[in-house]
Amino acid sequence: MAAKNIMIVGVGGQGTLLTSRILGGLAIGAGYDVKLSEVHGMAQRGGSVVTFVRYGENVYEPIVEEGQADVIIAFEKLEALRYAHFLKKDGVIIVNDWRIDPMPVVIGTAEYPENIIENLKKEHNVYSVNAMDEAKKLGNPRTFNLVVLGAAAQHMDFSIEEWHSVIESTVPSKTVEINKTAFNVGYNLATD
Amino acid sequence: MAQTKKVIMLGNEAIARGAYEAGVKVSAAYPGTPSTEISEYLVQYKDSLYCEWSPNEKVAAEVALGASIAGSRAMACMKHVGFNVAADPVYSISYIGVNGGLVFVVADDPGLYSSQNEQDTRMVARAAKLPVLEPADSAEAKEFTKLAFEISEKFDRPVVLRITTRLAHSQGIVELCEPCTDADRPYVKNISKTVMMPNNAKPRHAVIEQCNAELAQAANTMPINKIEMAGTEIGVITSGIPYQYVKEALPDASVLKLGMVNPLPKELICDFASKVDKLYIIEELDPVIEEQVKSWGIEVYGKELFTVLGEYSANMIKKAVLGEDTYISQPAQAPGRPPILCPGCPHRSVFHVIKKIGLHAAGDIGCYTLGAVAPLSVIDTTVCMGSSISSLHGMEKAKGKEFIKEWVAVIGDSTFMHTGVNSLMNMVYNNASGTVIIMDNSTTGMTGHQDHAATGKTLQGDAAYAIDIEGLCKAIGVKNVFSVNAFDLELLEKTIKEEQEKDEVSVIITKTPCVLLTKGKKPVCIADSEKCKKCGLCLKPGCPAITKQSDGTVKIDDTMCTGCGLCAKLCKFGAIELVKEG
Repeated sequence: MAAKNIMIVGVGGQGTLLTSRILGGLAIGAGYDVKLSEVHGMAQRGGSVVTFVRYGENVYEPIVEEGQADVIIAFEKLEALRYAHFLKKDGVIIVNDWRIDPMPVVIGTAEYPENIIENLKKEHNVYSVNAMDEAKKLGNPRTFNLVVLGAAAQHMDFSIEEWHSVIESTVPSKTVEINKTAFNVGYNLATD
Repeated sequence: MAQTKKVIMLGNEAIARGAYEAGVKVSAAYPGTPSTEISEYLVQYKDSLYCEWSPNEKVAAEVALGASIAGSRAMACMKHVGFNVAADPVYSISYIGVNGGLVFVVADDPGLYSSQNEQDTRMVARAAKLPVLEPADSAEAKEFTKLAFEISEKFDRPVVLRITTRLAHSQGIVELCEPCTDADRPYVKNISKTVMMPNNAKPRHAVIEQCNAELAQAANTMPINKIEMAGTEIGVITSGIPYQYVKEALPDASVLKLGMVNPLPKELICDFASKVDKLYIIEELDPVIEEQVKSWGIEVYGKELFTVLGEYSANMIKKAVLGEDTYISQPAQAPGRPPILCPGCPHRSVFHVIKKIGLHAAGDIGCYTLGAVAPLSVIDTTVCMGSSISSLHGMEKAKGKEFIKEWVAVIGDSTFMHTGVNSLMNMVYNNASGTVIIMDNSTTGMTGHQDHAATGKTLQGDAAYAIDIEGLCKAIGVKNVFSVNAFDLELLEKTIKEEQEKDEVSVIITKTPCVLLTKGKKPVCIADSEKCKKCGLCLKPGCPAITKQSDGTVKIDDTMCTGCGLCAKLCKFGAIELVKEG
């Protein structure tokens, strides 16, 4: 099988690393060769961050290049817009309908683009999810990334048992239940 | 046969595992992206080895040297610019060679994800006459680390394990092995080898040239330098992460993958060159392999086609070698999202005050370098660890005491302990004036919260004496030393203004812990849109938790706010309230 190319994009501090590690664990559990590439250091400080996950029989490069992503999981709308051109023609992008203003917008030197999700839909297979609202309903807004991952899991080839098992072995033991619950919410959520 | 265990590991984690399996006894490092995690992962093996944060890379290299001379396997880990700090000992350690195997792990940063330059460690290592191994994935990172110690002892050479950000921060599958338990050697007194005075160093130079020549010969048959023959039309010589891009881009090409990039296996390269029609050398950053191969009269294509800037990719190689353009839809227009200080960061408060007074700041290396960008825009210079204080001093000597009254130096606690303290000694010694603000957030922040000599805890988690920065500055001879809470805006402004008037050195320590270190439920600030007069004052320090709404009033994101209260203090209309229960 050709390598599957997944990207997780968001804003530094949103938990992209945890999500990519869950995906990596999933692929290794299924017996694939796996490579992940992460961003550490200064770029993490509220900047635009992207994490790559590739799995298949034999994976060489650890990054996903433009025009090659099967799935993009976007934790924030503007980051979805920024990286959408990494999608393959038939790729899928899952977008968290959440806005975080970058500094140029905060200080008024740039405008936050309007209607991002609607515009992305004109060109790509887009599924949007309001993960922050769902996570707040669970009483833990920080678990929004697992809600997004659950929504993305609807478009990937792993069983819910496989997902649960790798969540159990990846997140801190105290947070296993809340993370699994958040994942299930996303997994069962109607996305459009 | 024992079952091997396969796990997924970060490149840096695999290096730590390799060091453990090699029987390393001592490792010393100073944090620096992308090398930091090596030491953090090494701690898990602290029952069988010792690892530490040293105050800087020079000290770390010397600690490793001492352990090697004593007869144990040792390493020092650093980022590329840290290797410059360590250069003084490293160039002479090269003459000494080793007793216990000695490895310097040096992490380059092509693409400058978190660095001030894009230098190529292979150039530095060549200048210091050190062998260099370069792994291409996590599995090799572990194996090459072990091999580096074997080569080090067999050829009596300290070895550089050169990695790049993409290797350090990528994860791949690694097979675990049992650790080596009999690596230790006895100490043997031999001053002709370990006292580098001219009469000893002179013959040592000849010895190490001979050792390197023997190593270069052995490189021709080393399994880590391997030819993967496919078609003969295109041949590629490559190493490290670029090997992965080459395999992805050119599946029909023959590849000579170099695991050791210094010294080069000349016979092997000549042999490979003779087997292919067109030969390319694909290496990120400088043409280190290319220039040597060209000097042997071999026709190759390299930097005529490939940039010396940044990282490579498979698409880039396809285009350069095959002329193939990959179809890519145009990237959308999207405003940039540069890194920023976190909500609640004490640096923001200090920069706000510096900006309010209207001062320039000579900056340094840390999260607070972000004080250079809008809307804070107070830092005018950033060069290297410790340079804020010494460059401020140079400005005063050039332009005089009045000029320097419009400037301060800003430096973090970890950077101050690294090399900043030397610069402060220089100011006192040379009768300088000027104000140094030590932004003490009780950690090495940017690299992800490492301890240092003033935090009271070691890398291995043991309690330690926390060097008192205030006392240290006084001991050096600074008469004016003040500690101020970073969020006490009035006192901070008053103190800076008073110290700027003095014709002496002043140090102001803004001691407030990094917001990411404080655990537990935090208070939040809430903006009242009824009371908000849309003046925008609270937006000035550039907190990412505050946004201006379409009607001009502000909104505070309660998932991001940490309740530092800076915005509430700035609001003149009482429109922002600090609520204790978040």
